[in-house]
Amino acid sequence: MSINWNDAAQAVRATAAQMADALAAGEVTSEALTRAHLDRIAAVDGVDTPAGIHAFLHVDAEGALATARAVDADRAAGVELPRLAGVPIAIKDVVVTEGLPTTAGSRILEGWVPPYDATVTARVRAARMPILGKTNMDEFAMGSSTEHSGYGPTHNPWDTTRIPGGSGGGSAAALAAFEAPLTIGSDTGGSIRQPAAVTATVGVKPTYGGVSRFGAIALASSLDQLGPCGRTVLDTALLHEVMGGHDPMDATSLDEPVPAVVEAALEGASGNLAGVRIGVVRELSGDGYQDGVRQRFEESLDALRAAGASVVEVSCPSFAYALAAYYLILPAEASSNLAKFDSVRFGMRVERETVEKTMGATRAAGFGDEVKRRIILGTYALSAGYYDAYYGSAQKVRTLIQRDFDAAFASADVLVSPTAPTTPFRLGERIDDPLAMYLNDVATIPANLAGIPGMSLPAGLAPEDGLPVGFQILAPAREDARLYRVGAALEAALAAQWGGPLTVQAPELEVAQ
Amino acid sequence: MSQTYEQAMENFDPVCGIEVHVELNTATKMFCGCANVFGSEPNTQVCPVCLGLPGSMPVTNQKAVESAIRLGLALGCSIRESSRFARKNYFYPDLAKDYQISQYDEPTCYDGAVDVVLDDGTVVSVAIERAHMEEDAGKNTHVGGSGGIQGAEYSLVDYNRGGVPLVEIVTRPIEGMGERTAEVARAYVATIRDMVRALGISDGRMEQGRLRADVNLSLRPKAAPGEDQSAVPFGKRSETKNVNSLRAVERAIRFEAGRQATLLSAGKPVTQETRHWHEDTGETTPGRSKEQAEDYRYFPEPDLVPVQPDPAWVEQLRTTIPEHPAKMRARLREEWGFSELEMRDVVAADALGLITETVAAGAPAQAARKWWMGELARVASEREVPLGDLPVTAAQIAQLQELVDAGDINDKLARQALEGVLAGEGDPRDVVAARGLQVVSDDAALEAAVDAALAAQPDVLEKIREGKVQAAGAIVGAVMKATQGQADAGRVREIILARAGA
Repeated sequence: MSINWNDAAQAVRATAAQMADALAAGEVTSEALTRAHLDRIAAVDGVDTPAGIHAFLHVDAEGALATARAVDADRAAGVELPRLAGVPIAIKDVVVTEGLPTTAGSRILEGWVPPYDATVTARVRAARMPILGKTNMDEFAMGSSTEHSGYGPTHNPWDTTRIPGGSGGGSAAALAAFEAPLTIGSDTGGSIRQPAAVTATVGVKPTYGGVSRFGAIALASSLDQLGPCGRTVLDTALLHEVMGGHDPMDATSLDEPVPAVVEAALEGASGNLAGVRIGVVRELSGDGYQDGVRQRFEESLDALRAAGASVVEVSCPSFAYALAAYYLILPAEASSNLAKFDSVRFGMRVERETVEKTMGATRAAGFGDEVKRRIILGTYALSAGYYDAYYGSAQKVRTLIQRDFDAAFASADVLVSPTAPTTPFRLGERIDDPLAMYLNDVATIPANLAGIPGMSLPAGLAPEDGLPVGFQILAPAREDARLYRVGAALEAALAAQWGGPLTVQAPELEVAQ
Repeated sequence: MSQTYEQAMENFDPVCGIEVHVELNTATKMFCGCANVFGSEPNTQVCPVCLGLPGSMPVTNQKAVESAIRLGLALGCSIRESSRFARKNYFYPDLAKDYQISQYDEPTCYDGAVDVVLDDGTVVSVAIERAHMEEDAGKNTHVGGSGGIQGAEYSLVDYNRGGVPLVEIVTRPIEGMGERTAEVARAYVATIRDMVRALGISDGRMEQGRLRADVNLSLRPKAAPGEDQSAVPFGKRSETKNVNSLRAVERAIRFEAGRQATLLSAGKPVTQETRHWHEDTGETTPGRSKEQAEDYRYFPEPDLVPVQPDPAWVEQLRTTIPEHPAKMRARLREEWGFSELEMRDVVAADALGLITETVAAGAPAQAARKWWMGELARVASEREVPLGDLPVTAAQIAQLQELVDAGDINDKLARQALEGVLAGEGDPRDVVAARGLQVVSDDAALEAAVDAALAAQPDVLEKIREGKVQAAGAIVGAVMKATQGQADAGRVREIILARAGA
């Protein structure tokens, strides 16, 4: 079935790979494609539109169209262009963009316009991709629902009364609502993968150091990783290759080339996984997982077996302590990373009679409750006399988790689990119960603690509520390509069952006229 | 009534510890590419990294690591195979990120010792606990009120210095020095200053804050005769911050010892606290006490990878460590035949390196010293520039002296030649040629000049014949004047004596 590129509704539902091919073939212009997405954003995103998705905190129509027109002109002139040139993209508001407001979802940065580009922003610009705008998120990426955004939550396009996941709910919802074909996310404990799971999109947290963090507003530096989000595995791989690779501005960046993830995705799509060993992590299934989530997970395993993979069970006993360790390391690092928001050089300032009081009043007014909660936790965990018991112990757990992974990867090429224990919950349901909120990330956190790559892709809709279920794949450090090979194979098998990508089954959003 | 230092020493045994911060002279800052320069317009040497803008990340300056390791090696330290940076967390407007990247439990250089040579030649070994890398903070200027942050109308922050690489050198407690403690402390800081200069890693200028000292001092009762002094526990210490000259190091210790002895003798406790040094009054005043001290919540800096110097590289750096400055001075003094006083003056004038180079270029040591400490020192002071900044090289001075020694020019002509060199007219040889400064030793011309002078002063020959040979001086002077100083004075004298038949 060929796409009618003159039909905006069809155009925005195409994959990024299809858009790139059509642009290269001259079937559509980047300007038309960019405009179609901007129109879609105008129709469904504003809080005053009927759907009110609110995936965007800032839309840069002018800038996106300018890039699009320049790409079209260069293409007409026969200039050789990168593969994704002209394909629009949206960037999570945690990534700094020169000249475009960047807030990390916090009121304390309201109106701040960065004077520089993050490395990934520069690479997106170099790839000639029109930047549609900045996507909503939990404040400083602390949360699993975007309800902690200082600017109001994002709504899940599958059911707008439900959460789109977090912290990168904006980047995931923008994909599911066809407001952007590709987005950039950040994943500290699951902020790319869990939103992908609950919106039936694809999200990848690369190996720690695989994508530069320079210009990503830090939450927890030893856990943070930027990554690509798309509606298909191949699209995500295409963006991964744009973003990834060594960056001298990030001392923790791996000094090696980007893994050949596009090639891996293409190989996987052929559907042959003969000889691939899939490890099911015993500790990441069973109790606490919704029935429909487990059912779709089992069906996905069947699909992988059918593709020729062998499935084994592995055990990672230290995962029991992962959440506890994570909620010491993350707040500790965050308490330090967020100190710079002191009103002196940028952002909000609440003027008081002394500099100490001004700093205090600004932080009291500018930070939301979840941020304050974690700063207090982290400050406590690092205090003299408590450091060894808290931060020190958590680092030991981290080592144990790495050992668990090492042992598991000795018997399996990739590990798998449901991405999240449940389908998306309702907005407001867990906002007053931080612990229940934290439990959402139980399956995604271990990968961050160990620095290994992970992917979430759609496993179907839970029969009991008709909402998306995510399938998580984990691979050893630097073996990101395995995620794409296995992910693409599963995607191909399930698409054959579903009769196409799952996102196309999403309910039509009511559109503003 | 306050006790003097000497009175304090009668009853108490001082223990001292010194922290020295050295600003490295790397081209760029510790964790970003901004220029590491002094004296620019405020906030012009800044970028997202050293301004701590959201999203920015540090990258370690390898040249700074090299400088720190070389300093560590010069201090006899062991070099840690792997050392992590740490964050020291505290809120202050001049600290852009509100944490300082430093080293905490894993300093790159540790367990060293450095010999300190006192004025009388006594050598004292000062044990070094650690030398670690960190970044400097910006600079606050408080406007209005007393100039302090309290009561200021407003404050300005200049981040140019923020992120400048520092090495902090921490001694172990210096004990058992008794009344020489203040002198040892001063000599220790002087040694560090000389070392960083010899290493070429910092200009060590204390007056510009490039080298800053914090001085810790405590007193404990003197042990009874026959008792072991080191068995007596340390007293409570004060830490006097920013003692920024060698003299001030000595003065601060003398003042603190007197102050603490006065308290202790009156049965009052010494408070463990930081204190501020006041250069004008020579006194210290209380700063933050231990009770108010901050908990810096140190933890390993997750944005940086550990410093892991290749052992072969460290060994290669070891071969670049210059001779210990005090020992080098003693050796040179011997080789050059300078007196103690001459050597001290040379060091004080910062002329040691210049003289070394001049000697290396072929000049006799005393001649080199005379040029640099005499004529050139005068010009430098006249122009108000450091000696080393004069537009003349050691090789040029050596050439000048060579011309003098060869008899081509005399001292007076040499000064004129030097004037030409300083005026940018080229090497001494060029100036001599261009200005026609050669000594006149053509006998016919000199004899004519002598005869003319003798004709004007006919009694001189008689005086010489009567044995008053010094009377010839008047004729030499007249001849020199007549020849604009270009006559060979020795030859003139010979001619005069010949005329007198002596």
